[in-house]
Amino acid sequence: MTDLLTVAGLETQFRTREGLVHAVNGVSFNLKEGETLGIVGESGCGKSVTVMSMLRLIPSPPGKVVAGQAIYQGKDLLKMSDEEIRHIRGAQISMVFQDPMTSFNPVLTIGRQLAEPLEIHNGLSLQQAYDRAVQMLEMVGIPRAKERLNDYPHQFSGGMRQRVMIAMALICSPQILIADEPTTALDVTIQAQIVELVKRLRDELGMAIIWITHDLGIIAGLADRVSVMYGGYIIEEALVKELYANPTHPYTLGLLNSLPRMDETDHRRLYSIDGLPPVLLEKPNYCPFAPRCAYAVEHCWHENPSLIPVGPGHTVACWVDPATGRER
Amino acid sequence: MGRYIARRLIYLFVVLFVVSVITFGLMHAVPGGPFDREKKLPKEIMENLNKRYHLDEPLVMQYGRYMYDVMIPHFSIKAPTSSLLDDHLFNVKVGPIWIKWMNFGPSYSSRSRTVNDIFRDQLPISMQLGLMALFVALVIGLPLGILAALKQNTIFDYLGMSVAIFGVSVPVIVLGPILIYIFGVSLKLLPPTGWGAKPPYVLGFLPAKLDWNFWKYAIMPPIALGLGSSAIIARLTRASLLQVIREDYIRTARAKGLQERLVITRHALKNSLIPVVTILGPMFAALVTGTFVTELTFGIPGMGKYFVTSITNRDYPVIMGTILLYVVFLVIANLVVDILYAYLDPRIRYD
Ligand SMILES: Nc1ncnc2c1ncn2[C@@H]1O[C@H](COP(=O)(O)OP(=O)(O)OP(=O)(O)O)[C@@H](O)[C@H]1O
Ligand SMILES: [Mg+2]
Repeated sequence: MTDLLTVAGLETQFRTREGLVHAVNGVSFNLKEGETLGIVGESGCGKSVTVMSMLRLIPSPPGKVVAGQAIYQGKDLLKMSDEEIRHIRGAQISMVFQDPMTSFNPVLTIGRQLAEPLEIHNGLSLQQAYDRAVQMLEMVGIPRAKERLNDYPHQFSGGMRQRVMIAMALICSPQILIADEPTTALDVTIQAQIVELVKRLRDELGMAIIWITHDLGIIAGLADRVSVMYGGYIIEEALVKELYANPTHPYTLGLLNSLPRMDETDHRRLYSIDGLPPVLLEKPNYCPFAPRCAYAVEHCWHENPSLIPVGPGHTVACWVDPATGRER
Repeated sequence: MGRYIARRLIYLFVVLFVVSVITFGLMHAVPGGPFDREKKLPKEIMENLNKRYHLDEPLVMQYGRYMYDVMIPHFSIKAPTSSLLDDHLFNVKVGPIWIKWMNFGPSYSSRSRTVNDIFRDQLPISMQLGLMALFVALVIGLPLGILAALKQNTIFDYLGMSVAIFGVSVPVIVLGPILIYIFGVSLKLLPPTGWGAKPPYVLGFLPAKLDWNFWKYAIMPPIALGLGSSAIIARLTRASLLQVIREDYIRTARAKGLQERLVITRHALKNSLIPVVTILGPMFAALVTGTFVTELTFGIPGMGKYFVTSITNRDYPVIMGTILLYVVFLVIANLVVDILYAYLDPRIRYD
């Protein structure tokens, strides 16, 4: 399979009152056709900023993409003109956002907002776009789709709104769907429905997906490959089975240990990683996870590790092999 | 919506009642009366005047009489006369019967005029002035605010907001004479004082002819009166649009690939106008009722003079009439705003 999207050395910073925030510090990954990539990490580790940087949706000021490239169909998304990237947004790469309550315009009807990408990118008339919008709503499981076009966002429940969001993202049949924590704001049962819906749509439509979450549990049944982020870096990357079988970075181990497991017989307490997430006001010259790491050795405090291969398609940024507790 | 409007109109009557009681009480509590002069009038004349205007009766009686004349429709077979005591705002003939409604009484200080005369002749002029001032405020304020927000922290922003600060800080009493001096006296482009519209008015307040004879008087005063409000609108629009632009749904619109122009016009503007609309009601009422200085500066024969002098003159019917009228104004202006509000924001439903 060929690479659809290649991101290399992406760096994004925010100028804030406290100082320069290094939100993303040289992130690289690729996405193959039809593949689902999970990006996992705790709140504030730079997941959203990474994908928004690619689509140039970072508010500027205060944000700025200072380095890197994002090659899509042979062209760098970060260097193309505003007009070129506009034709890619919503048509070839589209996004679903975390909060379905605030991500819709409260004063426009759902139909109007749903039809908009078709109107912009495919030059359809509003009527033609509405017909397609009804099909999409039916596809994502909204009952009485036709009547509901004239409703406003506040007349839908959170889960229904997120379905509409997904319909809106897929209406132009994009190559890549970026889902930025699309289930975080929803009830657990609704979360599962949304995950099932996206899986079904992926099988029908065949788009590639970047699924952002801080819940490794969701990713297990959905993604082909997972990148784990910490403090603006990708610190481990592997195929999903490999990651669950051989988690190698101490942070990934911590994340997996903090998942509740159904097959657990002894009711041990849920594990949680001690300490606070890193302050991003400086680019550390040591491992950013070292202050919270149970395995940290002297070396970790002097040099920030970069990703090294530890197995087929499995890379990790860590000086220590947690299996032995010794430096590699 | 119909029920909501009905409810608000009932509310209007409650407010009218409360305000009328308070005003009536206050104006009679203030020492002095309408016929007090430097040189005292002879006792008999005083008594006659008081008797003629029922000022010798107990206050409760006077209040009751006033409300009866204003609120209760009168039925009579007699055609309206030109008597100052029998001047009703509404006179409708049904068959042989005249229905007459709203007698606000005679003015004590402008002899030979009734409060209704003032409503008919002066109020339309103040409404015209107020409406045009509101128009000026919107036409200057909205574009200035939008431009400042879209070009935040650029020369446009600073320039626009400087104009806004200038607008709020320079009062009509300074701006008016400056305009008169430049355009009226030096350049002789516009007449320095006066007003062009004459009765009869369309719908009771709109000028019948919109020709140069109207406009030449109607350019400077609305600008002088409306500039301060335009500054308020500009600042509010700017703040509101800046906030809306940071909303998640604006990011969604950009992520869908909309042109920046559409992001602003289709997704940001309508939302950012919601807070602006809320202040239009009170602002319009304030413009129509706050025309005194402007009318004085530009020699406009509007309501302002009557409202202000009626209080020093203890001209009880004029005080009551103008205040009740302003209450009606305020409530109706706010009702119109509420209806506009529901139109702008589908989340708001009144039923
Ligand atoms: N507009 C902004 N201004 C200043 N700093 C920002 C801005 N947006 C993001 N950041 C910073 O960038 C860092 C990464 O933020 P990001 O939103 O990518 O986190 P995330 O991994 O998506 O977290 P979450 O799970 O909470 O969504 C954060 O520490 C945040 O402080
Ligand atoms: Mg995020």
